[in-house]
Amino acid sequence: MEVSVLEKQAVIEMRGVTKRFVDVIANDKVDLKLYAKEVVGLLGENGAGKTTLMNVLFGYYNLDGGKLLINEKEVTFNSPKDAINNGIAMIHQHFTLVQTQTVLENAMIGMEGSFFLDKKKAKEKLLKIEKQFGLNLNPDALVWTLSIGEQQKLEILKALYRGAKILIMDEPTAVLAPTETVELFETLRTLVDSGHSIIFISHHLQEVMDICDRVIVLRNGIRVAERTVADTTIPELASLMVGRELLERLEKGESSIGEPVLEARNLKARNNRGIVAVDNLSFILREGEVLGVAGVSGNGQTELSEMLFGQVKPEEGEIFISGVEVPGGNPSEIIKTGMARIPEDRIATGLFMDLSVKENMILESHVSEPISKNGLINMKEIRDFAQNCIENFSVKTDGMDVPVKTLSGGNLQKVILARELVGKPKVVVACQPTRGLDVGAMEYVHQAMLDQKTEGAGVLLISDDLDEIFLLSDRIIVMYEGKIMGEVSSEEADRDKIGLWMSGVTS
Amino acid sequence: MISMSIVKRKPLPGWVLLIIPVAAVFVTLLITSIPIIIAGGNVFKAYGALFYGALGSKFNLLETFVKASPLVLTGLAVAFAFRAKFWNIGAEGQLFAGAIAATWVGVYFTWLPSFLVLPLMILFGFFAGGLWATIPAFLKTKLKVDDVVTTLLLNYVIFHIMGALLFGPMQMPGSSWPRSASIMEAGFYPVLIARSRFHLGIIISLVAIAVIWYINKKTVFGYQSRGVGINIEAAKFGGINTGMVILKTAIISGGLAGLAGVGEIAAIHHNLMMDVSTGYGYTGIVIAMLGNLHPVGVALAAFFFSVVSVGAQTMSRVAGIPIYITGIIEGVSLMTMLVFILLTEYKIRWTKS
Repeated sequence: MEVSVLEKQAVIEMRGVTKRFVDVIANDKVDLKLYAKEVVGLLGENGAGKTTLMNVLFGYYNLDGGKLLINEKEVTFNSPKDAINNGIAMIHQHFTLVQTQTVLENAMIGMEGSFFLDKKKAKEKLLKIEKQFGLNLNPDALVWTLSIGEQQKLEILKALYRGAKILIMDEPTAVLAPTETVELFETLRTLVDSGHSIIFISHHLQEVMDICDRVIVLRNGIRVAERTVADTTIPELASLMVGRELLERLEKGESSIGEPVLEARNLKARNNRGIVAVDNLSFILREGEVLGVAGVSGNGQTELSEMLFGQVKPEEGEIFISGVEVPGGNPSEIIKTGMARIPEDRIATGLFMDLSVKENMILESHVSEPISKNGLINMKEIRDFAQNCIENFSVKTDGMDVPVKTLSGGNLQKVILARELVGKPKVVVACQPTRGLDVGAMEYVHQAMLDQKTEGAGVLLISDDLDEIFLLSDRIIVMYEGKIMGEVSSEEADRDKIGLWMSGVTS
Repeated sequence: MISMSIVKRKPLPGWVLLIIPVAAVFVTLLITSIPIIIAGGNVFKAYGALFYGALGSKFNLLETFVKASPLVLTGLAVAFAFRAKFWNIGAEGQLFAGAIAATWVGVYFTWLPSFLVLPLMILFGFFAGGLWATIPAFLKTKLKVDDVVTTLLLNYVIFHIMGALLFGPMQMPGSSWPRSASIMEAGFYPVLIARSRFHLGIIISLVAIAVIWYINKKTVFGYQSRGVGINIEAAKFGGINTGMVILKTAIISGGLAGLAGVGEIAAIHHNLMMDVSTGYGYTGIVIAMLGNLHPVGVALAAFFFSVVSVGAQTMSRVAGIPIYITGIIEGVSLMTMLVFILLTEYKIRWTKS
């Protein structure tokens, strides 16, 4: 794989890089080499450790293990300043521009040189760079008047103005329109031709194939594969990214498939950028089955779950629970149906991190008896309920009164599971229920899902982890760009076919 | 070179949180002894006089309570709103609204049976303050207008409305000053302890502390209000009508500030003037922060401020220190408290490189 570049000198080498956070390993002995004049793709699902790895490279985080070499000399970065001085620039998804200043002023920030501004000289320098790389922006234009694509150009200009030779781009296309993406890729090619190197973070497979020379795939913080783009295919990358080995052996359990409990009819929703994210999507979930919704993340799964949870009103279509239509866009109506809702982001939407464990247990039941009556909370009932939840779901916590933020990721998820499942729901909708969890916690969640099924509930499992989908599902549907690409029973499903569907190829 | 970084620390046990305000006060007095020394004062004598002046005799102590009463109410008003992340900087304006309404009842509702005058003043004052606070709450929930800006700016709007009223329909007949006629005597807060100014309003403030504590601890609304403040997304996910919670929070918050306005009319001035408040609404923000947004903390912080402001007069007389030391102590106490609160969640790490 690396034969063609072996004799060359690596401009960046990360050797065995390890980065730990309180209870998770975000990067586990990751190796990465970057040579001059190439684009390396860093591919992986959300939470795979891509951004962490790059933040380590850019000096935001200290290493917990491993080495960092620039031009084959070991270095230590204490802050982004050290990285910048070594010719590295990072272009974030969220731009770091001063909206009320001009293009030139933004390019100059931190590079003024002396107390007095020499705008004329700076302008000459900027125009020279603009000309060389075909990044044409009016130096006197105010940033807020620029389109998103132009602002990104300015970010690149800023990096070049500082003499960067290595550009880290964190999901640069996520904010761009398709035509802007084409332009960006042209720019990147020009940069590479003139001797720059680029690390391109993405989970968009087609783009990685289009722009990169080499791809490194991360999964759960581990480097699982490296491929030259010429020697790989989109389906291969898709299955590498979402994993292939089965670690757990769980009994799927016996259950009989019964009546429909959740039905989605022709659902449509837009994402927060106004682009259609779920398009005319329908499915039926029955008692006693697990229906897996597979797909590379960002293909409408989030928006689908938000509609089912009542957070977002469907633009079109209806949702039926046990045959009864429920009004969209109203979480409390959904809660009343007794649906167990396991949200994608447990910290951002699932929990009050600063409140106690017991107060988090009652999020959905705090308006109903016996937890409260006539607007007054019954503390004894809350304690009994929370104690029951903690025991039944073996939540590891220092009591029910400590803030929930003191719990580990796996136990946070158990708090949510307990709260949602303790009332014996008929419908369970779980969106990415094991994202970011360690193996033990993952197994626990999986077993809980299967238990729900054997007890007769219908479980909708939305996940970008293909292992998980195969492990738990009785039926699988695959989402791509908001549509269902295909449906298959788990006995007949094979990974290659699912991989193709996930990359948008029908067979 | 040694560099400093701030890192998150593991949550501290509950008892530490109780010690923090005490420690903050201690550190404050330590820091403010520097300007006292510069002013040529003896630190021990000065602080001795400060505490004697505020707490040393029955009369002094009762006077400290009188001073604390409006501070408790505006402090609670701000704290209750801040907990729900409704950034109410407008307690001053809501206080004016309450004072206007109370004066209106107290001066013009002469047909009322006298035992109803005071209850109606309190009721009108509460709801006037509450209603005034619903304007920024609506703007926030319906139009996403920043509440810091609207609550602050509405203070000036109500101030000038008050001016227009006091030069117009509410002006005392025959006066050329912007002041209202005196309210009926039935509208005075009764003095509860002879030969002092210890009035009913102080009891109302104490009751307010208990009520807010009760709302926070025991009611569904208190839970929802806290939830909205901590994570509005999770609150929505949990089926909480967040707009309604913010609106109710605003009414209670504004109402408390309105009660402070009622107190100034019913207990102190007995008529409405442009300087009815000496910045109680703004001081309330400081007190809310100093009390860590907890009702008991607010009560203690208000009492501390009151001690400083009442005791400073004695201190200035005895130790010869300018009265402006009050402002310094108040300011330093807030800074110290904020640093202490920061240090409960973060620690400073020094690294050599």
